[in-house]
Amino acid sequence: MKVLMLGWEFPPRIAGGLAVACYGLVRGLVYHGIKVTFVMPLRTGEEPPNGYRLLGANEIDIPFTQTVSLPTFWHQVTFYGVRTVLGPYLEQLAVPELRFEAVPEPVTLSSEGKLRLEFSGKYGADLLNEVYRYAYAVSHLADQEEFDVIHAHDWLTYLGGLWLKEKTGKPLVVHVHATEYDRSGENPNPQVRAIEQMGMEGADLVIAVSFYTRSVVIEKYGIPPEKIWAIHNAVLPKDRQPIERPPSNRKVVTFLGRVTYQKGPEYFVEAAARLAPYVPEAHFVMAGTGDLLRGIIQRVAQLRLGARFSFTGFLPPAEVERLFDLSDVYVMPSVSEPFGISALEALRAGVPVIISRQSGVAEVLSHALIVDFWDVEGLADLIYGVLRYKGIRPFFVRHAQAQLSQLQWERASARVIEAYRSLGL
Amino acid sequence: MKHICLYFQVHQPFRLRIYRFFDIGVSQEYYHDLNNRVLLQRIARKCYLPMNALLKRLIDKWGKDKFSVAFAISGTAIEQMQLYAPDVLESFQDLVQSGGVELIGETYPHSLACLKSKREFERQVKQHTELMTSLFGQRPRIFRNTELIYYDEVARWVSEMGFEAALAEGADTLLGWRSPNYLYESAVAPLKLLLRNYRLSDDVAFRFSNREWSEWPLTAEKYARWIADIPADQQLINLFMDYETFGEHQWAETGIFEFFERWVDLILTEKIGVFVTPAEVLKHHQPKAKLSVPMPLSWADTERDLTAWLGNELQMDAFETLYALENEVWSIQDDHIQRDWLRLQTSDHFYYMCTKFFSDGDVHKYFNPYNSPYEAYVTYMNVLADFRERVRRYASEAIVAGGETV
Repeated sequence: MKVLMLGWEFPPRIAGGLAVACYGLVRGLVYHGIKVTFVMPLRTGEEPPNGYRLLGANEIDIPFTQTVSLPTFWHQVTFYGVRTVLGPYLEQLAVPELRFEAVPEPVTLSSEGKLRLEFSGKYGADLLNEVYRYAYAVSHLADQEEFDVIHAHDWLTYLGGLWLKEKTGKPLVVHVHATEYDRSGENPNPQVRAIEQMGMEGADLVIAVSFYTRSVVIEKYGIPPEKIWAIHNAVLPKDRQPIERPPSNRKVVTFLGRVTYQKGPEYFVEAAARLAPYVPEAHFVMAGTGDLLRGIIQRVAQLRLGARFSFTGFLPPAEVERLFDLSDVYVMPSVSEPFGISALEALRAGVPVIISRQSGVAEVLSHALIVDFWDVEGLADLIYGVLRYKGIRPFFVRHAQAQLSQLQWERASARVIEAYRSLGL
Repeated sequence: MKHICLYFQVHQPFRLRIYRFFDIGVSQEYYHDLNNRVLLQRIARKCYLPMNALLKRLIDKWGKDKFSVAFAISGTAIEQMQLYAPDVLESFQDLVQSGGVELIGETYPHSLACLKSKREFERQVKQHTELMTSLFGQRPRIFRNTELIYYDEVARWVSEMGFEAALAEGADTLLGWRSPNYLYESAVAPLKLLLRNYRLSDDVAFRFSNREWSEWPLTAEKYARWIADIPADQQLINLFMDYETFGEHQWAETGIFEFFERWVDLILTEKIGVFVTPAEVLKHHQPKAKLSVPMPLSWADTERDLTAWLGNELQMDAFETLYALENEVWSIQDDHIQRDWLRLQTSDHFYYMCTKFFSDGDVHKYFNPYNSPYEAYVTYMNVLADFRERVRRYASEAIVAGGETV
């Protein structure tokens, strides 16, 4: 079986859990003998070559034509397009017959004189623009690649998946790692939400990373439950030794993730504020960046906790592992977390994990410490318990190993293959 | 004629309130008064009062020679009745007055003290004996440890204290091929043993309303027949269960009360057997064999051991931290310290920290005020930290005071 996988991130290009999950899944599928071509916006050339193929959308040849025939669903996209900075571009693309001059800029000509699109691969201001161009580029794989199933990760690649499905008639699986409701709460970006809706409706099968996310897909998007499989993420085995901690009685309490509404960083700060006077040895690390960071730093200053906090900014994977080695407890107070793969990474490092009840990963970690994200005092109390009472850590570490052994990508991938098979493949 | 020995456990713990680390040293309000009140009053309404009335009716109808039962009522349960539902205590007193009830001895706070301290254990048993004697005018002669925890050392201790017999679990690991339907005795002390017939007891206590069970629905006729069908030489049937089985674990809507009444009537009208108390069992039966129990047995879960209370690091740490205070507490004459010391020893606090989620988790969730064992542990440890501060303060004052008199 050959899978054409569409994704936005892949190691070493990592912004969050998406890349880690895609990597684990691809490795798991290869383990089961599935052939995978993974198409990301642009390939950096450093990706680990492990029995699968990586392709950048910037490497796909686009034929010179005066017109582009758009897929039938395209008009639905443009309906929402007019309100953004990308509006003019979309209006041009919206006409049924597209003049060549309107093919999304920028383009390059390869040495053989072939046309190719350029991508930044980042989550920048022109993200929607890239999303549309990515879709246009990958649609050309319909007659350049051989595959049995299209597997698209998150809304960024759904349009490409739909376009390919329309051209080839091959089944489309969309994989929901997060929804716009997780990212933005009850005020979803209408364009993103519309693309999600089209992708989930147009797909033959939807994979959700947790039962929690599956219920969101049912309730918020009205997708029939029988079409949605919940398949939990997993974690790759640890391949390195932990670093030595410097001798210190400092206790490190860690938050790691995008500093955005979804991740609940303000609850971490409020819990820290309650804890700080009672546990003078506690030090708080906030690793990650995002639109709330400025406000968070202001709040920390206002609480006069600046000396107790470290803000590291975004950390690459190796630094994340180092941070876990130095942490006494990992806190993930997400307001809405489809899965939360970093909790598994902390677990792998033997760090007690406190996660919000609003996290998909809570479904697979029966021994995690769980608290409602808004329950700041409950959260502070659990942190206190981990730092001050000696029963939790040995108990947690003992069970962590048992649970991790259940959470292998080989198993998760086997379920994904089962999902493919249910489509008659 | 079978001798059916019905024994019911009545116990309520003082559940802790949400007690945060910032309450340590600030608040000495440890207990969730509202929860404890609401729960006790609910159980009283659903179980204690209607079941007491039913038992009273049966004793009056058949006479205590044919129908009598045994109770062990923990000191903390009595305290809660006094605080929240005095009519329930009166109802038990009335029932005991009828003459058809034998009271069984135990540790005052339904504790695990036997595992840590002989003197603490003995003090709690004496305290409970005094409570029973003063409230009910009856001095217990038979002993039953918390959750039927039993082993040789406890046999020696309670026999020295004058108890004639103990109740224990008829566990397969103890009996092997032997039947629980005889009287036994301890191999290490002059103490008779009544062993719970766990299959027949749990048919009612756990399985009565379980529709997945192949024997559902359990009718009074069927249950009476099972007892009648027990071989004639096995004369003693010990049915031991939580009193809350009636009306609380098995709701009134399941027909548990009607079942029980009809079953008692059937047993007696068809002369299958009579209902006797443990003390009467000792009069009529001779021990079949001596049993040695070196390791603790209990009636809990499938393992029948102590792992429900002391099976993980959370429980062990809490337990060790608590009993590390014993010497200091013994040196303090303060009613509040002594009260909290007892209440914090109640086994339920440790049960809430149990992490056997999968096999027996459902039972553990019952009446459990916590979302997770961690919450139970952290809350208990917070309370214990405050209690320890108070104990230390008193203990150091006592030393200072002692120093001045010298």
